[in-house]
Amino acid sequence: MDFLQLIEMFLSGIWGTVKLFLIALVGSLLLGTVLAGMRVSPTPVLRIAASTYINIVRNTPLTLVMFFCAFGLPFLDIRFGSTSSFNSFIYATIALTAYTACFVAETLKSGISTIPVGQAEAARAVGLTFGQTLGQVVLPQAFRTVIPPMGSVIIAMLKNTSIASAFNNRELISAMRNAIEVRGDLVIPLLFGTALAYLILALILGRVFAYLEKKLVILR
Amino acid sequence: MKNLKLSIASVAIGMLALSGCGQGGTPDAPAEGGDSKAAPEYTVNDKADVSDSKTLKAAKDAGELTIGVKKDQPGLGNVKAGSDQPEGFDIEIAKMVAAQLGFKPDQIKYTETVSANREPFLQQGTVDMVVATYTINDERKKVVDFAGPYYVAGQDLLVAEDSDIAGPEDLKGKKVCSVDGSTPAQNIKEKYKDAELVTYDAYSKCVTDLQSGSVDAVTTDDAILRGYAKQYEGEFKVVGKPFTEEPYGVGLPKGDKAMRDAVNDALQEGMDDGDWKKAFEYTLGSTDGVDMPEIDRY
Repeated sequence: MDFLQLIEMFLSGIWGTVKLFLIALVGSLLLGTVLAGMRVSPTPVLRIAASTYINIVRNTPLTLVMFFCAFGLPFLDIRFGSTSSFNSFIYATIALTAYTACFVAETLKSGISTIPVGQAEAARAVGLTFGQTLGQVVLPQAFRTVIPPMGSVIIAMLKNTSIASAFNNRELISAMRNAIEVRGDLVIPLLFGTALAYLILALILGRVFAYLEKKLVILR
Repeated sequence: MKNLKLSIASVAIGMLALSGCGQGGTPDAPAEGGDSKAAPEYTVNDKADVSDSKTLKAAKDAGELTIGVKKDQPGLGNVKAGSDQPEGFDIEIAKMVAAQLGFKPDQIKYTETVSANREPFLQQGTVDMVVATYTINDERKKVVDFAGPYYVAGQDLLVAEDSDIAGPEDLKGKKVCSVDGSTPAQNIKEKYKDAELVTYDAYSKCVTDLQSGSVDAVTTDDAILRGYAKQYEGEFKVVGKPFTEEPYGVGLPKGDKAMRDAVNDALQEGMDDGDWKKAFEYTLGSTDGVDMPEIDRY
């Protein structure tokens, strides 16, 4: 196996990682926002439900969360497609989403705490509902406040996709394992190559967040 | 309700698989499958002269030979739950070679090696030799030396006892499980495109899936599959039509010719005096249809 084939293998691995990452990114931002909203809602049931969920899932190692998704869901007959590779892809994104959403929610909640209570009171006084207060007044400011820590959460998620390779997903780590199996003479360079690939992805992501921060963060 | 019970059972099976798929044997259970056959003993060659080899001389002076083995392959190199000693065919070969080189069983130190660290461990001297389902190939020969082969494995299929899969040709549309990145997985992807490949990071997860019916076959080298078939007797069988050749060798540090010759001699001696056969029967079962390989002194 020559150099070009190795590069090709790694490129397809990067594509697998990016696919997992993008879907889990959208999912965890959505679920995380909902959870953060529940955490600050006036209804005790919602508050308790959200904090219970966060406390359980956040404190379980991701490997186990993925284990439950990859082996538990099929036993409950929850399937999403006919091929096992597609199913495994969905199971992995569910696990990543469920896990990362907790961190997104907690980050967002810290942003919500920075918004003065007076704003929410004023919004209620002019007749906005709780949902409107949250969606129109509080969350837009909260999101802009927490861009830097949110960047760390998202970058951690990017690296967490590597666990999916143990559960029938083809991504960077599987590309690395493949390459090591065929080129036993290049183990250390291949490990460095994999680290470099993650570094490049994370640096790009870091640039995106630096840009967002420059454009959107509220200076106080 | 039934689903709930099933899911709890599945989680329990998963946990077992995570913990190395052991059967909870007693700490000093004698052999794979718990049969009462006594472990073969190898005569330690006290007169072995290893002073020509840098690696072996250092090991002799230290009174300890470090051997890299796998610890998750039933029948070859496996540590059972509750035990701290590895057992299997690779381990027996390691003991046999060590005995020929003048090391007693208690002078052997086993270090776990996985596929990704066999070459670095040999290059750095973390281990003196590697006996870990190590296929001899030209890429690897660039950085390490090989003695042997001591066994020629071939890729085969593990299927349920009542399965109608009789060879790789029958895999069309079936789900086949192997370990992510391994040579068997790459073979399936390249040569048997009609089969649907499922990959995990350990064969124990594949076996869990085979039990639950989520996959139709598990594929890897036949020696490893024999180990599982023995562990799950009456449930799984090995198809027995190997479709590749994987010569297992003893990995040695590059450039120590004296050591390679000594290990080759030791393997030859073991094959000639019947120790090899004893080791095979003790760990992998009957030697019917299994030939001892020709040692390649390249």
